[in-house]
Amino acid sequence: MVGSAQKGPAPTARPTLVSLRHITKRFPGVLANDQVDFEVRPGEVHALLGENGAGKTTLMNILYGLYRPDAGEIWVKGKKVEIRSPRDAITLGVGMVHQHFKLVLPHTVAENVALGLKGTPFFAPARAVAQRIRELSERYGLPVDPERRVWELSAGEQQRVEILKALIRGAEVLILDEPTSVLTPQEAQELFKVLLRMKEEGHGIIFISHKLDEVLSVADRITVMRRGKVVGTVSARETSKEELARMMVGREVVFRLTKAACKPGEEALLVQDLYARNDRGLLALKGVSFGICRGEILGIAGIAGNGQRELVEVLTGLRRAERGKVLLLGRDVTNRSPRFLSDLGCAHVPEERIRMGIVPGLSVEENLILKKHHRPPFCRWLFLEPRAIRAFAQRAVEEYAIMTPSLRTPAKLLSGGNIQRLILARELSGRPAVVVAAHPTYGLDVGATEQIRQLLLRQREEGAAVLLVSEDLEEIMELSDRIAVMFRGEIMGIVPAGEATLEELGLMMAGEKRVGAKG
Amino acid sequence: MRRLGPFLLEPRLSPPRSVVFGVSILAVVVALLAAAPVFLGYGLSPWQAYAKIGRGIFGSWPSFSEVLRRATPLILCGVGLTLAFRAQFWNIGAEGQLLAGAVAATGVALFLPVPEGLRLPLMFLFGFLAGAIWGLIPAFLRVKLGVNDVISTLMMNYVMGYIVEWLVHGPWKGPTMRGFAYTDAFPLSARLSYLPGTRVHWLTLFLGVVLAAAVAFLLARTRLGYEIRVVGQNPDAGRYAGINFAVVLSLVMIISGGLAGLAGVGEVAGIHWRLRSPAQVSMNYGYTAIIVAWLARGSPVASIFTALLFGLIFAAGDYMKTTLGLPFQITGVFNGLMLFFLIGFDILMFWRVRIAQREKVWTSQIGS
Amino acid sequence: MDVANWLISTVSRALAFGVPLLWGTLGEIYAERAGVVNLGVEGMMILGAFLAFSVTQSTGHPGFGLLCAALVGGIAALFHAFLTVTLRANQYVSGLALSMFGLGLAGLLGRGWEGKPLGNPLPSLSFPGLSQVPVLGPMLFQDQTILTYLGIVLAVLLWLLLFRTRWGVAIRSVGENPATADALGINVALVRYLCVIFGGLLAGIGGGYLSVAYRPSWTEGMTAGMGWIVIALTIFAAWDPLQAIWGAFFFGALYHLSYRLQAFLAPELLKLMPYLFAIVVLAISGLGGRRRRGRAPGALGLPYVRGER
Repeated sequence: MVGSAQKGPAPTARPTLVSLRHITKRFPGVLANDQVDFEVRPGEVHALLGENGAGKTTLMNILYGLYRPDAGEIWVKGKKVEIRSPRDAITLGVGMVHQHFKLVLPHTVAENVALGLKGTPFFAPARAVAQRIRELSERYGLPVDPERRVWELSAGEQQRVEILKALIRGAEVLILDEPTSVLTPQEAQELFKVLLRMKEEGHGIIFISHKLDEVLSVADRITVMRRGKVVGTVSARETSKEELARMMVGREVVFRLTKAACKPGEEALLVQDLYARNDRGLLALKGVSFGICRGEILGIAGIAGNGQRELVEVLTGLRRAERGKVLLLGRDVTNRSPRFLSDLGCAHVPEERIRMGIVPGLSVEENLILKKHHRPPFCRWLFLEPRAIRAFAQRAVEEYAIMTPSLRTPAKLLSGGNIQRLILARELSGRPAVVVAAHPTYGLDVGATEQIRQLLLRQREEGAAVLLVSEDLEEIMELSDRIAVMFRGEIMGIVPAGEATLEELGLMMAGEKRVGAKG
Repeated sequence: MRRLGPFLLEPRLSPPRSVVFGVSILAVVVALLAAAPVFLGYGLSPWQAYAKIGRGIFGSWPSFSEVLRRATPLILCGVGLTLAFRAQFWNIGAEGQLLAGAVAATGVALFLPVPEGLRLPLMFLFGFLAGAIWGLIPAFLRVKLGVNDVISTLMMNYVMGYIVEWLVHGPWKGPTMRGFAYTDAFPLSARLSYLPGTRVHWLTLFLGVVLAAAVAFLLARTRLGYEIRVVGQNPDAGRYAGINFAVVLSLVMIISGGLAGLAGVGEVAGIHWRLRSPAQVSMNYGYTAIIVAWLARGSPVASIFTALLFGLIFAAGDYMKTTLGLPFQITGVFNGLMLFFLIGFDILMFWRVRIAQREKVWTSQIGS
Repeated sequence: MDVANWLISTVSRALAFGVPLLWGTLGEIYAERAGVVNLGVEGMMILGAFLAFSVTQSTGHPGFGLLCAALVGGIAALFHAFLTVTLRANQYVSGLALSMFGLGLAGLLGRGWEGKPLGNPLPSLSFPGLSQVPVLGPMLFQDQTILTYLGIVLAVLLWLLLFRTRWGVAIRSVGENPATADALGINVALVRYLCVIFGGLLAGIGGGYLSVAYRPSWTEGMTAGMGWIVIALTIFAAWDPLQAIWGAFFFGALYHLSYRLQAFLAPELLKLMPYLFAIVVLAISGLGGRRRRGRAPGALGLPYVRGER
């Protein structure tokens, strides 16, 4: 990102901490790692850059003992080792902070740290580690209360617990998998300071990311991966964003989507003073208000867990609003059923596409009519109409370029990108008035991401009102006409996308209200 | 992919039908082998015992018809359970639902003043309804109060079992039955007729087969069937798609419990002609139907055949008891073993075995 | 004084009848805390009951009989662990299979032992001083075997182990989030195996208690659904060993009352009370909202597969 962590002298002279040589790992149908070489030295941040699915996480899971490589060697501090399990990795001084934190949410911070930790007493292990947690938090600037239950903590605090867990286990090499994806830009700067301190103490840090700016600002060296192979390793001081992008994607990259000017029409969705509770019964939406016009994309930015999920669920009928109103095409639809809203023209691209968006065991064609299965032409009286279903599915598969062996293939056999195309084909067919899209490109490769963004833009041009929830600020800034930032269940402000700056959005994401902001 | 000696194991997401079939057969065969020590324990050669049982059962039509008689309630309960399992509702309560049907049928047979011609149809109707209600209660408890379905359906079995005990010892005890805990015998108009020379109450069997086909059609070609499949595979997607889980589950349990209730009607109207103690009315048909449905992998039509298999096992149990002097409990042991092997072998379906470092791919029925 | 006598004997008998439920529930709590539902409790208990009886009858040592009961419960549970942890089979179905198998096998083997009284049952303990205390003495310290007190002590110890020790942290973590435990070097499969087998040991003893202490005799199907009540009690106790004590003795009282109230209601209807109450109790705890009640372990019922695709 924009700030700059100071870079130490290039530590070429020092011996390597970890060296991965010719690592190959195959999954059914995918060569995830192909003869990969990678190393990290003490006192450096070595970034592993690549798009989703390039094999970065697989490589690190091998180093951490979660996967076994099919071929290749791992050397730690000059010795060839075999890492069969995370326990081996921990013993060798390798720690990892996964992208999805590995924390036991109902337990306390201390219990999470004590879990599996050698040298803790048999009785009252949590009490024993609490003291060490406080010492380490002091030393590295990672404030956290050992007695709190993890589910009460923010994502940033949970990340600190993960880092502390690794440090207390004596990690000399720390792997951070997409660590900034859950942080505000300002919190990310804080994290970079912590990394700097760790660097000074001689730790080696592996920083996995697909974001060019932050890699450039935090790393000493950068290794770029593409489709399971290492494209090259460069020094951060001697490279540029453009070069990295080219290495990462394999061709010149245009950083701007072409987007027609916004021609907002009538107001399609109006939300007034909305209140709702989350699954734990706490208020997750506190007086949210905004409107979206036809032909407009409103982006919702914010760190995960600030009410975005609840907002999407209330708008699509999956969660009850306690107070406030939702108007769809001028009609009060507050707390109506998902089926009612969907029939009225509210499409929903869900956040967790496999958990919610598809029925894994049903065929592609059956998945394509989900939500519409109860209406003609797919259903007459009580019976399904296989011919109509098939014809519709055939058209959708062609139009949206869903790669599937057949219409009868179970949806679970499709790749992530194709599953998302399937969901979009289903949701966008029949000209919805409002499209609620939650993290529509999360975890997809560049090709699928681009295609899905184009599809959303096309909806906008065809006169749909689009609500785009995303944690990817670049995506939000690229696609949206206006950007609303959510923090702790409130909207901190709504700004036109043309006027928004990263700093301003970052401040709002951290809870600073925009003065005089009005959508 | 994993290496195991000279083999490479490769996971697969959806096994083809032939493999499912092969693995299921393998499980049955291995369960038969595993039950062999029981025969040895009774001083019999298992091989000879199996041969003798085979000859005894397939030797004549009347003895083979016992398989059909035993399979009849299993088909009805099993088909109902496939439907419940498809909706991911753990209906372990077919036993109680069957008994509820038997109680309702008895009530109509003995105490309801209706024209003779209407008596049997009403027995089936009320039997269905009683089973449906007994099935609906756990569905309601799950949807409204989050009560675990396994526990509630199981407990309902015991509750209904004791209600039947109470009826046959107390209010419904037949005045002409002296010391026995029976109700009076049903009038002739409340008895089902047999296939000639057998004890197969053909009407119930016929109902079972027809309803199996109907449920198969329901699942594949109707809106409700589609919704059951969606909800069963992914309840979150069901919610997302606007499917009302409570409604779907209620309908499922009406059908599932109702079918078990019909089985109960068949047993009292076809076999016993009276209500008697629950262990005699049902012989664990409701529990065995769980295996029937599981072995059929959720297919109602396949459960006709798996029910026949378990009908065979029950008939074999009868035969062993009368001819070989072996206790009937052997069937319980065998059923448990069968279920163990069935689920234990499931994992074979999800791995494809290849021989390492060779071009040629080795496949076979088992575990290929 | 009649009411007092009535109360005294009710409490005393509730304790005695609650013992098998307590042992079974403590075992099931451990299995479920590690993430494995074992519906085979009924089967493990009946196998325990049979083995305890037959071994005690043959050797004359009830302690040895109970030991064998524990072993057979543990071995039965080992099968369940193998199927569900190693082969990742459906936990419900595997447990049901175990119950069917156990009931069938115990019925088969037990035919020759049916109906004979046990010559050498587990003796009741005598507390010369304590049992003389008015009211409390006969309530708590007469006609109880060692398993009553051992069960209560065990519950406290198991609570301490679960919530105050390193092992407890590991067990609970495995049940909540096995991936996390795995990533920190906890052997998930091992923890699950041990907890399930431990659950089987306790269920076996619970069953053995019925045939060598409470009855003491052997009849086919003598557990009469207690194993299923145990499953309900585990939820009712919110997976907490201390709460299992109250739950078990409450249901013990229900079982006892189903004998005591026969003057007022038909015995068959009284006998269905515990089963009806199991449903009612779960429904009531559902009414109070699941927030207030203890939550089920996060990974309960789910097989764990390391991230390997």
